[in-house]
Parts: sequence; C-alpha cells; structure tokens
Amino acid sequence: MDTAILIFKIVMVVSVVLLHVAYVVYFERKVIGHMQARLGPMRVGWHGLLQPIADFIKLFFKEDIIPFSADKPIFFIAPVIGVIAALGSFAVIPLWDGFIIADINIGILFILALSSVGAYSIILAGWASNSKYSFLGGLRSSAQVISYEIAMGLSIVGVIMQSGSASLSDIVNAQADGPFIFTQFIGFFVFLMSALAETNRVPFDMPEAETELVAGYATEYSGMRFGLFFMAEYAGMFVMSSLAAICFFGGWRGPDFWIFSHVPGIFWFLLKVYAVIFFYFWIRATLPRYRYDQLMSLGWKLFIPLALANIVITALWKLL
Amino acid sequence: MTLPQLFFAYFAVSITGLSLLVVTRKNPVHGVLWMLVLFVHIAMLYLFLNAEFLAAIQIIIYAGAILVLFLFVVMLLNLRVEETERRFQWSWPVGLVAAGGYAVSLIFILVKITVFPQPGHYTIEKMQTEGNLMIIGKVLYTKYLLPFEITSLILLVAIIGAVVLTKKKQE
Repeated sequence: MDTAILIFKIVMVVSVVLLHVAYVVYFERKVIGHMQARLGPMRVGWHGLLQPIADFIKLFFKEDIIPFSADKPIFFIAPVIGVIAALGSFAVIPLWDGFIIADINIGILFILALSSVGAYSIILAGWASNSKYSFLGGLRSSAQVISYEIAMGLSIVGVIMQSGSASLSDIVNAQADGPFIFTQFIGFFVFLMSALAETNRVPFDMPEAETELVAGYATEYSGMRFGLFFMAEYAGMFVMSSLAAICFFGGWRGPDFWIFSHVPGIFWFLLKVYAVIFFYFWIRATLPRYRYDQLMSLGWKLFIPLALANIVITALWKLL
Repeated sequence: MTLPQLFFAYFAVSITGLSLLVVTRKNPVHGVLWMLVLFVHIAMLYLFLNAEFLAAIQIIIYAGAILVLFLFVVMLLNLRVEETERRFQWSWPVGLVAAGGYAVSLIFILVKITVFPQPGHYTIEKMQTEGNLMIIGKVLYTKYLLPFEITSLILLVAIIGAVVLTKKKQE
C-alpha cells in the first residue's frame, strides 16, 4: 500500500511539474513580450494560452535528424540524462508541510549531485554531435558549470550552518521565526547568480550564445530531442527557484496572522518560486550577455570569496 | 539468497564488469562514460551501506568534478592517434607486475579478514537517529582532527602548485 501511495505521489509530482515547465515557457514569452512592449503569444487559444501545447505537438511530430558522423548512443542518451537529473531533484523538494517524496537528511547534497550529473548531458551532447559549434558550446558549459557549482555549494553552506541540517524540510522548519534571507543575504545573492549560471540563463548563457555558436550544444538536435533539452533547462530553473524559495524564503511558510494563516502552504511555495522565476525573466529582458573571461573571473574572483566570507560571518555569528 | 545479498551480488558483478568496460573501450570518451556509470554504482553501494553522505560526495566530487576534468582532457587530446605509438605501449609489463602484486596482497588480506566483525560504536540505529552528516562532522573534527588537517594542508599545497604553474612569468 505504501508503495502504491509513493508511486501515485511520483506520478502526480512529475506530471504537475511537466505542466508547470510547459507554462513557464509561456510565462517567459509573455513577460518578456510585455517588457519589450509586445504582446507575446496571442494566436493559439485565449491570449495564447494553448501555445505550449501547440509547441509540444509541433516538437513531437517534427522530423528527427541525426548527423551522419554523430556518436549515436551518446547522442541519444545526452538529452535523457539532462531530463532525469532535472526531474530527479523534485524527489527531495518539500512542496508543502509533510508532502515530499523522499525526506532524506542530505536533501541539498542530493540536488547538488544531480545538478552536477546534469552537466554531463550538455558536455556529451556537444561531443557526440561531432560539430564545432556544439563542441565549443559543450566545453564552455562544462567549465562554467564546474566553476559556479563551487560558488553555489558554498553559498548554501551558510543556510546549512544556520539551520543545523541539510534536509530541506528541516531547513524550512528552522525558518519559523523568519526567513533566512535577512541573515543570509550574501549567500542569497551568490546563490541566485550562481543558479543563473548553472541553468545557463542570460546573462550567463554562453553555452548557447546564438550570435557566436548558433545554438551551442543543441545545434545538431531537432524534434523531440531538442524538446528534451528545453524541458531539462526549464525544469532545472524550476529546481533552482524552488531551492532558493526553500533555503532563503521559508518554503511553504507564509505570514502567520489574520486570514493568511489559513492559506495552504503550496500557495506560498508557488508564489515564492514564481517570484524567483520572474526575476530570472526580468534579468533576461534587461541585461546583455557577459563575455566568457568576464564570466570566469566573476565566478572565481568574486562569488567564491564572497561565499567563503559568508561562511566565516555565519560561523562567528553562531558563536556569539 | 536474501534480498540484501541479491543487491550486493548485483553490485559486485556489475562493478567488476563496468571496470572491465572502462579499460577495454577503444574510444577513450566511452571509457570515461563507463567510469561515470561505475561511480554511480559505487555511490549506490554506499547508500546500501547507510552512508548517504559518502554517496552524495562520491557523485559530487568524483562524477561531478574529477571525471568532468578527465573528459575534458580526453576530448581535447587526440588519443586515437597517440595510442598506436610505441612509446605509449611499453608500459604494459610494468602494469602487469603491479596488478599481479596487488592481487596477491589482496588475497592475503582477504584470508585474514573475519567475515562478521562485532558491530562498532556507530550502529545503523545511531546513524539514522543522529544523521550521517552530523556524525561524520563530529568524528572528523574531534577524533581524526590531525589527519583531517594534514589532508587539508596537502590539498592547499596542490592548490598553490596549480596557481604557480599557471601564473605567467613577469619580466
């Protein structure tokens, strides 16, 4: 019986997350459209609401082209690794009080581990395509992901120190007196920026810089395989936003007075997640792309020292 | 066979098989990828032994960082040409001797090992109540403080060495 409930939970979370991922794309196009004084998708359905479904059908039925000299098994596996790594992370994310697929006490490390496995999908896609653009995109991405993973891991250490646990539910429960954003704002800043780099978003979208690399690692992919990369990217963004919401904004906890205390936890959680996602889009519509050497020096010379300083400050503050 | 034994049998067989695949692939990138699968299996073996923290670290450090650098090197060097050159092939008798010596010493160790030693101070129950991370942290910073500090010193030396090597000479 327990197994049946668990399977039901997994199916539910995966399907709901995939639906959200599809509509995050719509949300992005709408937000950026309005920021650029356009309307965004309007044709399919009321205000373009059915656009993600139309896109999905289009991607699914498109011809699947495989380059002649590609390393076929790796070419096939690469997008799948990305999707598995992104969706697997949802197993340890508490959506509301008591709802979590696997409440393990190293939740944060699990997500970091999966995101480092996810980097393989991009490197392998770049290598297996046997194309210069893809290969350069893959190399750039792996260097970028490795560099920013360090900064991201270190920025969360402050949260782990303050809550005394690496389990995501414990971290949310430790924020009963107030979210960690007030005490961990350096960590939050470093985390948010590293998460942008980790998910290859503007202004750190070097691996798929259109003006230089066509579409980077995904140049040779078409049809549903390209769709899988797209899905992995947006699911990864969702994971990072959820992690930001859980570690710094108190997850499912909302303000505890008046009628707010009767609002279900999932509402607060999604509100925080979408606020972070909106911030991502906002940055995309505002900032130009960084140069590659600027990106590297920013990661190694600014974010990592900042995160280390944050750890020292948190430790001193804990001692006092 | 009980279920745990079945699991262990699977891991033992597949880890051996995967190691063979790593060293026998013609294409070095495929070799590195089989090594990735191997590391994931080792991590699962750690999980199976209730060492969640070690499993996560195995993936983050070995699969996520070290193996990516491996992959970098293998992709950027043109190994398909170099492997046919004579100067990369002379070393196999040395490797054979080293591996043979290792196998013999392993057999001697395996003979000496008692199969079911007494449960130690850190039982499964204690691990589950107190948490893996907490226990490893406490042990590292109290009982094994000196080895821990020595390790960090060695790593620091390596970091400084890398910085010195890559720094441009200023005239």
